[in-house]
Amino acid sequence: MTNTEQSTPPMAIEHDKASRWSEGHTVPVLTLVALLIAVWYVACVPMNDVVTETKLGTRDVASGEWLNASWSLERAVLPAPHQIVVELWKTVALAKPWSPRSLLYHGWVTLASTLVGFLMGAALGIALAIAIVHIKSLNKSLMPWIVASQTIPILAIAPMVIVVLGSIGFTGLIPKSIISTYLCFFPVTIGMVKGLTSPEVMQLDLMRTYNASRAQVFSKLRWPASMPFLFASLKVAVAIALVGAIVGELPTGAQAGIGARLLNGSYYGQTTQIWAALVAASCMAAGLVGLIGLIERLTLRRMGVKP
Amino acid sequence: MSVAAAPTEHRSWWRLEAGLVALAALWVLVAWMAGAPGWLTVAGVIAFWLGAWRLNGSLSELPLKGTAARLRDLVIPALFGLTLLMLWELVVKAFAVPLVLLPAPSDIWVRLLSSLDMLGADWVQTFMRAVIPGWLIGSGSGVAAAILCDRVPFLRRGLLPLGNLAAALPIVGIAPIMVMWFGFDWHSKVAVVVIMTFFPALVNTVAGLAAAGHLERDLMRSFGAGYWPTLFKLRLPAAMPFIFNALKINSTLALIGAIVAEFFGTPIVGMGFRISTEVGRLALDTVWAEIAVAALTGSLFYAAIAGVERWVTFWHPSYRGRQ
Repeated sequence: MTNTEQSTPPMAIEHDKASRWSEGHTVPVLTLVALLIAVWYVACVPMNDVVTETKLGTRDVASGEWLNASWSLERAVLPAPHQIVVELWKTVALAKPWSPRSLLYHGWVTLASTLVGFLMGAALGIALAIAIVHIKSLNKSLMPWIVASQTIPILAIAPMVIVVLGSIGFTGLIPKSIISTYLCFFPVTIGMVKGLTSPEVMQLDLMRTYNASRAQVFSKLRWPASMPFLFASLKVAVAIALVGAIVGELPTGAQAGIGARLLNGSYYGQTTQIWAALVAASCMAAGLVGLIGLIERLTLRRMGVKP
Repeated sequence: MSVAAAPTEHRSWWRLEAGLVALAALWVLVAWMAGAPGWLTVAGVIAFWLGAWRLNGSLSELPLKGTAARLRDLVIPALFGLTLLMLWELVVKAFAVPLVLLPAPSDIWVRLLSSLDMLGADWVQTFMRAVIPGWLIGSGSGVAAAILCDRVPFLRRGLLPLGNLAAALPIVGIAPIMVMWFGFDWHSKVAVVVIMTFFPALVNTVAGLAAAGHLERDLMRSFGAGYWPTLFKLRLPAAMPFIFNALKINSTLALIGAIVAEFFGTPIVGMGFRISTEVGRLALDTVWAEIAVAALTGSLFYAAIAGVERWVTFWHPSYRGRQ
């Protein structure tokens, strides 16, 4: 993600002269989102065709009633956006926060295991990276496996972890967090190894001429130099920690959490419920990444990095 | 740091250690085959572990160059992995860990060999029918959309932030909806994979299209080349490292998408289906065999893409140096 942000300027300058009003990102993004919603409403009509017909009992497509009906179906194939908003309002604002009908409750269940898993994964990832940077044989023996493990679909082991831990008495939050931990320590390790080795030879030599110990080189040079890498990988990590928590909720038979809402919705054909859960999960992901971005900006400002 | 030790000293040490490791491996193999008392095997494994540890330590200090260094970079992780496998086997057998918790590598291997038909059918269903088409369609349309974005700057400004946002979203969650729309068979999995792989391809290609330098672009202009010749002769080739980066990211995403989508409903074949049902039956050796197949598929898929990348972007500095 960071790559793209850095490489936009040359193109941006060329187009500035052409269209002033579309200079920022806000107008184009809002236009596209509006377009998407419009297409969505239009798509509702043909996609809900069959369901609407059974509800109305006619095939009088031209009537205004048909439109209304296909945008307010109980079990639509594609619910209209306002139905999702209504469902969100009903389950977030109107339901009691601690009842299983509330999306806040389910969101909290998922968020808790995401956060626990993310914190454990980040700590593990950083610790591994520090070990790898300082022990040469570990770098040679462990690093290839960590890189190779990026190429395999780790999420496939989620059901097994849940069931195995469940059979030895761990249920609820811990197994899900372990999946999140397992998913998110890889990007942190790889990012941090890159970050901790990012100081140049000249800087390392300077530390040597100061007769700095390894601990001092670490705390005064390597660690501060790795901060941008740390935050970039933490953003990736928190996003997949959330995915891990959601997928981890699937095999337990849908008790609580966003994953449970998805599974329940797919069992009972409650599409609106699925979409509402998806919107909630997306807001959560955006919020978490945004929060890390905020911490990043504060940290870098304290370190004296010019924005 | 310890730069002082003479290289010749290292060389003699690693030969000795390698010999010891080979001896320990032989011991373990013989003791295990002959059904010797358990502690003999245990002693062999521990000797192998310690020896491999020391050997890796001195191997990584060796000042090697060229082919020897590359060989060393293969041997060290292989030794590490082999040690882990042996310890895993040993712990499971020594403490008689029940199969429903953790099967030993040998059990998994036996299961893998005995159910090749089933695993093969699952592999065809998930990989050939869902992953490959979805990956091709998703990445292809991502690249096409990026070129469209390049033509229409307004679209680029609008779509790029959305694409960056999409990278953080749990798109896998779309799986139950796709299963509802496209049915239980591979069509719904392809749909999930397409959606998952679209945005990385878009974002990376847009970044790649901006990668060609001004000097080269000016040269193309002085040749009188229009938009399309510049695109095909200069900017797309220059974007290839970025596009291949997206293809590599997508190879993993596609496998994950197809497997997780199968958790929401499938015909009675497929890797995700097999994993979730066999877990329910506590047949963990089958689950591990399936995971081994998934891991092997994932790494070979990735390696294949990396191979094509090397062939296409031979000019890139990261490959040019390593002749």
